[in-house]
Amino acid sequence: MENKIIYGITGIFETPDEIINAAKKISESGYTRYDIHSPYPLHGMPKAMKLKPSPLGYFALVFGLTGAFAAFAMMTWMMGFDYPLIISGKPFIPIPAFIPVTFEVTVLLASVGTVLSMLFLLFKLPNNSHPLHDTDYMKQVSSNKFGVCIEAKDDLFDEQKVKDLLIQLGAKDIQVITYDNETLSFKVNIFEWKFVVFLIASALVVSAATYATLNKLMYVPPFDFMMEQHRIDAQAESKFFGKGAFSMLTPPDGTVPRNSNQFKFAGNPELADAKLLNPLLPTEENLRKGMQKYDIYCSPCHGYHGVGDARLNGQFPNPPSLHSEKIRSWGDGHIFYVITQGQNSMPSYSSQLTNEEKWQIVLYVRALQRAMNAKEEDMK
Amino acid sequence: MKIDALKDPSVIEGHPTFLDIDNQISAPLDKPLNTKYLLALAITSTMLLIGVISIGATFYYGIGLWGNNNPVGWAFDIINFVFWVGIGHAGTLISAILFLFRQKWRTGIARFAEGMTIFAVMTAAIFPLIHVGRPWLAGYLFPYPNQHHLWVNFTSPLLWDVFAVSTYFTVSFVFWYIGLMPDFATLRDRAKNKIKKIIYSILSLGWRFSNRHWQHYEMVYLILAGFATPLVLSVHTIVSFDFAVSIMPGWHTTIFPPYFVAGAVFSGFAMVQNVLIIIRKIFDFEHIITLETLEKMNKIILATGTMVGYAYGMEFFIAWYSGSQFESFVFINRAFGPYAWAYWIMVSCNVLFPQLFWFKKIRRNIPIMFVIGVLVNVGMWFERFVIIVTTLAHDFLPSSWAYYKPTLIDFGVLIGSFGLFFTLLLLFIKFMPVISIAEVKAVLDGAQPHHNNNGHQGGNDGK
Repeated sequence: MENKIIYGITGIFETPDEIINAAKKISESGYTRYDIHSPYPLHGMPKAMKLKPSPLGYFALVFGLTGAFAAFAMMTWMMGFDYPLIISGKPFIPIPAFIPVTFEVTVLLASVGTVLSMLFLLFKLPNNSHPLHDTDYMKQVSSNKFGVCIEAKDDLFDEQKVKDLLIQLGAKDIQVITYDNETLSFKVNIFEWKFVVFLIASALVVSAATYATLNKLMYVPPFDFMMEQHRIDAQAESKFFGKGAFSMLTPPDGTVPRNSNQFKFAGNPELADAKLLNPLLPTEENLRKGMQKYDIYCSPCHGYHGVGDARLNGQFPNPPSLHSEKIRSWGDGHIFYVITQGQNSMPSYSSQLTNEEKWQIVLYVRALQRAMNAKEEDMK
Repeated sequence: MKIDALKDPSVIEGHPTFLDIDNQISAPLDKPLNTKYLLALAITSTMLLIGVISIGATFYYGIGLWGNNNPVGWAFDIINFVFWVGIGHAGTLISAILFLFRQKWRTGIARFAEGMTIFAVMTAAIFPLIHVGRPWLAGYLFPYPNQHHLWVNFTSPLLWDVFAVSTYFTVSFVFWYIGLMPDFATLRDRAKNKIKKIIYSILSLGWRFSNRHWQHYEMVYLILAGFATPLVLSVHTIVSFDFAVSIMPGWHTTIFPPYFVAGAVFSGFAMVQNVLIIIRKIFDFEHIITLETLEKMNKIILATGTMVGYAYGMEFFIAWYSGSQFESFVFINRAFGPYAWAYWIMVSCNVLFPQLFWFKKIRRNIPIMFVIGVLVNVGMWFERFVIIVTTLAHDFLPSSWAYYKPTLIDFGVLIGSFGLFFTLLLLFIKFMPVISIAEVKAVLDGAQPHHNNNGHQGGNDGK
């Protein structure tokens, strides 16, 4: 007992009314370093103890404003300056869209910051080696009793006087709390070999785990990146379809695609000339659509008026004029045949044009020919 | 007997002493495991295992195992996400909003509801992660400096969700932990087992019940409640933005944020009520979680259920009033189209059955309120189903319309989510105090000093 230093003297009270009365008396006697312990917060206790109002509200304000400014500045810099992108036609710094994240970061920082500063700055927790821990006193005040502890560090502290005061106030179970010898002699030494080994071991484990994750695990299915994953390249040989097959299978012989029009006159323009008739009438609408398609698909080589003055002059062989005697003497079916099958260096236009559009083009070509070689009665 | 009209009625029945409270609340922690508990844990962990297998298969083979397909790209995953985030909202409402309104009856249920919030948000967080298909790359969701110099898109509601849900989880967790700290200290001083004592000492951070600390503690509790209140409203608002900010008919409405928040509180309260009914029965907490408390919860379920019903009606009204043919089509299609079955399950469970709570007898009848609570949660799950699936299945392009069919794996993940939630809840019940010891003590009769020195209000001194 003798070599121990006194931390303080404690007393136990039974009811909340007694403890609040005791708190008032103790603070009126001029003690400043004392504490009241109760299993739950007591109404009116801060006033009885003459405590200053809690400053945590200001902490929350500062943390909250920091969060708001930090979040807003971060988003403004990232989206407005570091990597500006136009998203949905909004400005680079769309302020309304920043509100949700700003709010969330404000709340996050204000809450977490206030709590952490309360625990670590104001309370100096975690502290499991406080002299009050593991005493009978603490066991009672954590459950159903109320206690007062006057610390030895108080300027007015005098063992006998404090005991008398507590007895006078009606306290029971008055005890002297002392520091533990181990606590007093304990020194933190970060170069203790156990601690150093622990540091090295955790560094090794963390590095190994990081390496294994980033350089090994991320290349093992299903964790591998998409470019590493199993896939079938276009026109590569396919193991799935059997030997010699490709990733894109050729359809079996005789396969007919849905909605397809089979052209029965392939390789036989004369027959097409004789048998095919234009199902459309040269109405204004048909001519207009024919002109539209002609201007898109035909005019690059044949020219807008069909004289063969291609815009692509020189890059492809110039086509003959559409106004020659030969072509004017062709039937509609023959022109349709050339659009469908191609001729010389002209390819087929079947993939670009429907049958109806081809006939509309035929009508328009006829109109061009008629315009260049007008008959006598057209002039009237 | 003298009745004092100036005094609040007690929220804790039977005049227990402080020591009784300690003993009763920590009883489940001190007793050895019994068969009932192990049986319950076996069931929930089996459900959890089904979920783990389903999610494992999803990771290995890809999300093609789910029923999601064009045009319904969001299905069970997002339904479950919204459902579970909603469940969490009741906890924060009880712990923060009712705290600000000085509702003393919340003390018996606050801790438990907060725990549910945390577990519900944890369960919910799984779904966006597995929905993206490659959850091990989830770090990309946060803005971090990378070699591509690319940042996340801060104008996207999906990113707001990341911030909202992670903030919500963190703040709820801090709130919960701050509440638990004094209780861990009480348990530390009660512990006879050495290992338990060490664990509780670490968890209590060396809390000393000092009134110099309680003063700051009460302040921080008030600040946290003040922040958690707008936070909880913001979270489901932002979840609703995932839908409302898009231009899909049926989603693009301004009513979504309040409607989602009301729905979240609605389903959350139903879940808290259901689980509390079981807990108070098993652990003999009937005097702490009183019938009065349950009745008050039923009133909140009734109020929020009516709000949700109003929102359903208002959606239809606006669909007609806006004159937009796409809106009208979507809503008529919801009620009478191929998903009419889901719509009417939703309406009957969410709007019709909770209306029974207008009757006091039903509000105070435990079996009936339990059944209504279950129905409310079924209904709220279907609400999310209706919102997500009916809108996506019939989008602007009629040629791509299709009927959504979930697969077995989808149901496996859903069962697994319930398994995870209830497993965590059971572990919580076993290892932590499910009722706040310090807060309950503070609202017992005679727990607070009488401020009037003349003592004419004092009960004990007989004046």
